[in-house]
Amino acid sequence: MSETSRQSRAERIKHIMNTEGQAVRTNTRGFNAGRYESVSKLEDYEALKDRARAIKADAIQQLPELIDQVTDVVEENGGTVYLASDAADANQYIARVCADQQADRLIKSKSMTSEEIEINDHLERKGVDVVETDLGEWVLQLAEEAPSHIVAPAIHKSREEIARLFNHQFDPETELESAEELTMFARERLGELIQEADVGMTGANFITADSGTIALVTSEGNARKSVTVPETHIAVAGVEKIVPRIEDLQPFIELIGRSGTGQDITSYISLFTPPINSPTVDFEDVDSLIEGSGEDREFHLVLIDNGRMAMRDDEDLRETLYCIRCSACSNTCANFQSVGGHVFGGETYSGGIATGWEAGIHGVETAATFNDQCTGCSRCVEACPVGIDIPWINTVVRNRANSQKDVNMEFLVDGLTPDSEEHGPELQKRLFGNFETLAKLGSATAPLSNWMADTAPIGRLLERVAGVDRRRPLPSFSRTSFVEWFDARETVPPADPDRKVVIYPDLYTNYMDVERGKAAVRTLEALGVEVLVPHATGSGRAPLSQGMIDTARSKATAVAAELTPYFEQGYDVVVIEPSDLAMFTGEYERLLSESTFELFADNSYELLEYVYGLVANGADIDRLRHAEGETTVAYHSHCQQRTMGLEVYSHTLLERCGYDVETNDVECCGMAGSFGYKSQFYEQSVDIGEQLTEQIRDAEPDIVVANGTSCLDQIDDLLEQRPQHVIELLAPAP
Amino acid sequence: MVSQRSEQALFDRFKQAAESYNVDVQRVKPPAVTETIESLLSGPTVGTPLEIPDASLPESVTTKPTSAELEAAETGITTASLAIADYGSVVLRATDEGSEPISLFNELHIVVLRESDIVPDMSTAFEWLGDELRESRDSAILATGPSATADMGALVQGAHGPKQVAVIVVT
Repeated sequence: MSETSRQSRAERIKHIMNTEGQAVRTNTRGFNAGRYESVSKLEDYEALKDRARAIKADAIQQLPELIDQVTDVVEENGGTVYLASDAADANQYIARVCADQQADRLIKSKSMTSEEIEINDHLERKGVDVVETDLGEWVLQLAEEAPSHIVAPAIHKSREEIARLFNHQFDPETELESAEELTMFARERLGELIQEADVGMTGANFITADSGTIALVTSEGNARKSVTVPETHIAVAGVEKIVPRIEDLQPFIELIGRSGTGQDITSYISLFTPPINSPTVDFEDVDSLIEGSGEDREFHLVLIDNGRMAMRDDEDLRETLYCIRCSACSNTCANFQSVGGHVFGGETYSGGIATGWEAGIHGVETAATFNDQCTGCSRCVEACPVGIDIPWINTVVRNRANSQKDVNMEFLVDGLTPDSEEHGPELQKRLFGNFETLAKLGSATAPLSNWMADTAPIGRLLERVAGVDRRRPLPSFSRTSFVEWFDARETVPPADPDRKVVIYPDLYTNYMDVERGKAAVRTLEALGVEVLVPHATGSGRAPLSQGMIDTARSKATAVAAELTPYFEQGYDVVVIEPSDLAMFTGEYERLLSESTFELFADNSYELLEYVYGLVANGADIDRLRHAEGETTVAYHSHCQQRTMGLEVYSHTLLERCGYDVETNDVECCGMAGSFGYKSQFYEQSVDIGEQLTEQIRDAEPDIVVANGTSCLDQIDDLLEQRPQHVIELLAPAP
Repeated sequence: MVSQRSEQALFDRFKQAAESYNVDVQRVKPPAVTETIESLLSGPTVGTPLEIPDASLPESVTTKPTSAELEAAETGITTASLAIADYGSVVLRATDEGSEPISLFNELHIVVLRESDIVPDMSTAFEWLGDELRESRDSAILATGPSATADMGALVQGAHGPKQVAVIVVT
């Protein structure tokens, strides 16, 4: 990406944040808070998610058989099934059905799949009047805009904007103002259009192969009207929507509303088995009776492949097909909350999982246009009701996009970027991906490197060549690394230690934030633990975040070779940086052999988790530094740390050491490794960071603590108060 | 067989959940159904036959309506086949008598439900639905509260469907 394209990207993001950011933020954060509240009411949320995932995994496994079964069953019910290979194929078929019906008007209920094939444009060109009946979709149809959210498509529009739109377009006798007035106006207006419709089109949230039933999850009642009124019903659905049995719907029905908009259940779960056994309603013939079983009904199920069967065969994209399009991954994402689907979205889909959909349906190039909005913070993984590893899909697609990039000029920095990538990711990604080399060099040449980095010419050069934003202070390197400091210590290890620990010297602790490493050593030794700090390679997090999977794998292999001897001698590995622990216990499963991964997963701990464990097993908590008098601590947990369920240990230890702890509901600090340094994302990163610092200020804390390097950097850049790592607060004095 | 005591407990759970969606829930004996409906309905009313022994619709209610009568109706009365206590949901089965349009094209939907048809949870409901829909190939709606939308900038009850829902549980 050139400097110019980074600038125009930054401009575009800024424009969307200014025009749509407020509405998107309010709505997504409301949905996200609703999700937490709603799922907490479930007795066994995790088990329900596991069942939902198992049903999807099984359904995708037997998809070809399910397609055959659904075809037979729908035809037995009196409907027709058309398997469309792509969007054009589907559109031609649907247009033919409309022509056969001599249809003037088709009414639609909300369907993302119909957006994907762009059926509206196709039918309009054939002279069919298409009316969106979902109120959000109708607003967008009137405004000629694209959805910014997969469930609430007009989430980016405020009530005031909608009122202006309606008043301008329809010039009502009294100006419309409240949500109630706008809704009633739309109900009446659309009601008339529905009455005269010839064809009704719906999507399908699920299709059951045993009965040919189409489940629609809605609240407005427009889908019911679209199916009930016209004689002809067309349902468009991706092939992945089929599940084997009606009973399989139950976990999804209990999860989908909660996960998406935070509703325990939506107003209507329609289980239509079309052509439905219900009389059609002919409003034009006022004397027609509403009775009978709808013998005059016609039904067409258009099942759409459009890249899905190839996704099924693609090991890394396959899980995308489990997606039930609830929008949890959008709502929980700090980046999405800031910009919405008009930035964090492709041709059709938006949010974290959109990368998988867009790569599979529209191609990697399309996915690559927004894929770097995913920072891999992983908050979506626990929110996803079918447990899709969304960050991994984003990493893989980034990797594929990298290999398609032009590699001209990049040889210039080959010395600084000794990666294992066969194809060339762009310079900005290679610079951040090879952070380890930079950090080593920076540390070896400190303080010169720090003075240099602080100079305007270097700042300008980095911004122009590599897109490192000048407004972001660069990390300051320590001349003596954590490992060097440890090696030079003259400390006799305890003779009979309770436990033996290796502290993993992550790149940040080793080359920049050495003090927190020292604090970790002091704390563990004070609690009776033997501590070692060996030389070790970077975990691979930095290259992985840039989609450089081969480089990440070679790093992981090196770390495994370095740490395996310690694992074998019964050492526990304690990790200070949560994003590295997430590598050890998460991504290493995909990068290393199963047995090696298990060594890491079984024997690695986050630092404060480990300290908590020591205290819980009898170590003396009084060895930690306690609060002196009333002390309020604002604590921000790291995103990946929370996904791993490890926030509680820092929180509890702080409380047990006498601090009053205030937390916040910001899912991610917005820095996210390299994201906040990149000039195209700097302002978005600050926008997110300010959500965090605002809540920290509101807590009026005496002390601010966090666990992650990125979080600490972000807070340090945006808050007057200097934050510190939790261990620096709790460690005994040197 | 479900004991009377557990029926009462299920009813209480159903009522509490339904009321959280502003649904009016009453529990009456069959002969009282007519007057209960009369006390609730407003404007022209259409409905489907109740098919509950000793319970009947008020005479003013139009069954087998024309499309004009459907359009003019302010109140629609239908029966529910099942209710789910945990969620306050009712299962509305599409019938030849027009249950689906009658329960949809109105401002007030009155649902009549047998107390013995309240089941505790979603799993039990789907066991029943699985057998029923596979066998009959019918359609059904799990309806919870009135229709609603938040698309116009704030939550509004009453989008395309009913603005209000009342449930009469018959003992």
